[in-house]
Amino acid sequence: MRPSSILTLLAAATLVAACGKKPAPEQPAPQPAPPPREAPPPPPPAKNDDAERMAREAAARVAALRTELGDMIHFDFDKADVRASDQGILDRKAAILGANAAVRLRISGHCDERGSDEYNLALGNRRGASAKRYLTGKGVDEGRLDVVSYGKERPLDPGHSEDAWAKNRRDEFELTAGGDNLLAPK
Amino acid sequence: MRRLLAIGLAALAPLALARTAQAQDTTKAYEGVRVGINYTPGARPGLVVIPGAGLDSVRAIVRRDLDYSDRFEMIAIGDPAGGTTAGPVNYGLYKALGAEFAVELVDEGGKVTARLHDIGRSVLANQQSAALPPPTDANFRLAVHVLSDEITRWATGTPGIAATRILFVQSGRVWQMDSDGFGARALTPDGQTSLSPAWAPDGRRMAFTKLVQGRGGVFLQTLATGEVSELPGTETALNITPMFAPDGQHVVYARSDEKGTDIYVATPGNRSPQRLTAGKFADNLSPTYSPDGRRIAFVSTRAGPPQLYVMGADGTEQELFAPFDFGVTGPSYAPEWSPDGSSVVFHREVSGTPQIFVLTVAGRKLRQITSTGRNEDATWAPDGRHLCFVSDRTGARQLWVIDAETGRNRQLSTPGWARLPAWSRRLAGAAVAPNP
Repeated sequence: MRPSSILTLLAAATLVAACGKKPAPEQPAPQPAPPPREAPPPPPPAKNDDAERMAREAAARVAALRTELGDMIHFDFDKADVRASDQGILDRKAAILGANAAVRLRISGHCDERGSDEYNLALGNRRGASAKRYLTGKGVDEGRLDVVSYGKERPLDPGHSEDAWAKNRRDEFELTAGGDNLLAPK
Repeated sequence: MRRLLAIGLAALAPLALARTAQAQDTTKAYEGVRVGINYTPGARPGLVVIPGAGLDSVRAIVRRDLDYSDRFEMIAIGDPAGGTTAGPVNYGLYKALGAEFAVELVDEGGKVTARLHDIGRSVLANQQSAALPPPTDANFRLAVHVLSDEITRWATGTPGIAATRILFVQSGRVWQMDSDGFGARALTPDGQTSLSPAWAPDGRRMAFTKLVQGRGGVFLQTLATGEVSELPGTETALNITPMFAPDGQHVVYARSDEKGTDIYVATPGNRSPQRLTAGKFADNLSPTYSPDGRRIAFVSTRAGPPQLYVMGADGTEQELFAPFDFGVTGPSYAPEWSPDGSSVVFHREVSGTPQIFVLTVAGRKLRQITSTGRNEDATWAPDGRHLCFVSDRTGARQLWVIDAETGRNRQLSTPGWARLPAWSRRLAGAAVAPNP
């Protein structure tokens, strides 16, 4: 990572923290609470541009983190083991979860059209549970992860090809809480 | 004369059998297991439904019911000139047509009298009068089906299967229809995802799974009132594949949580279901009771791919049920124990395509029933010889019925893409469900 992007990241993180609804604990609460917005003089135009740029970058960063949390993982046919090639996706989620204690995820397991309707519900459940086990193994509290299964009821690709099947054998990750002000993991 | 006819048939037998083999659905050998159907053409008695005035809808339903029983060679005769057959039954005529039985339906003002004539002996074999509801009544078709089944019993000693219904799933709703494919109606509301309907043995209730955002409870619905209640213990996690015990009280189902999927049994009056399998991250699902209630067949992934296992109703003595060769035999799903307890139907993938198989409980022999298209999720008729299943042989996934003894099959006309059928026991006078 280039130094400039680290700076941007830090700036974004600071901004995000500053915009947070709760004040950071180390900041002493101002007792008489003067009207803060009107007290400082209007910033010079150049600074204002910086603030806007930083806000945009912070928003982009949050969006990127949300995207990473939502990245799907995929499975081999009739298997529920996390593929070695997908471990990085889950490692990244574990790191983001570690940096954002309020985040909760719902993991939903999905299957391709092969196998019976009913068996695929069980298989989808096993796929969801397997991702959850991986994440709790990386230190994520199990209470933050819900597992559900849609079996083959919600294919991403309605086709009947190997390609379609490969896309449909997946875990989806949905943010159910704490996704508003995501911090990047250290 | 009959003997002469029999000899003539014997001479023609090779030809006749070859022709039948084409009509059969079962033509494929499977792993050294003998596949085939001992069906001798001509073994079924010829039957004619005598045309007459009035009762058109009753006669049409009875004729189709008797045909769908697959126990008769139906002999078609045209309507008589003048549209009436008033007067004595012409035994000589029907004998010449090859009929052994003739069914006569007579409108007697509010009542219908059904008569079965034994043509060979030229006598009235049996008769019964029944007061039928008007054709607009929701119970009309079932009442006619009951009459059809009685006629079948007179002629063969075994009642037919017309007075039965089939539950199935289409577009997330549970539907029911008569066994002849008519009278379809939805039992659960639109906009839900309901799966795996199962009949209570008395035909008055059903169990099913309702999926809500990837979780699901088992629900029990009284068909006459539409009243629904959730099975205690299934309010959390994903609870699937419910099945009633033969006592109509216990309900066995599979529960998926983070440790895998295990089979549980809910006992009436006890809010804590009892777990029967210990999955250890494997799946155990699709339980089905033997008709004596002492054993449960189910699907398990304990050895890898899903296969059929069996256990005592208390979860003891779990063992492999349908033989398979590891790495060779395709995965197996959706067992249903036959009403007489002698066999279990299920589907197994053959070269990646699901086909219906019947496992004989004594001897553990397998017979492949289908080979055309994808065929899945079979359910037994109460006669233990007909099966309803899902097939895509004509393109769309539709419900089909096959007579496992003759191989004769037919498509049921459902409202659309249909799946997960469940065939009822015989429903004499069952109440009719209101609209959801």
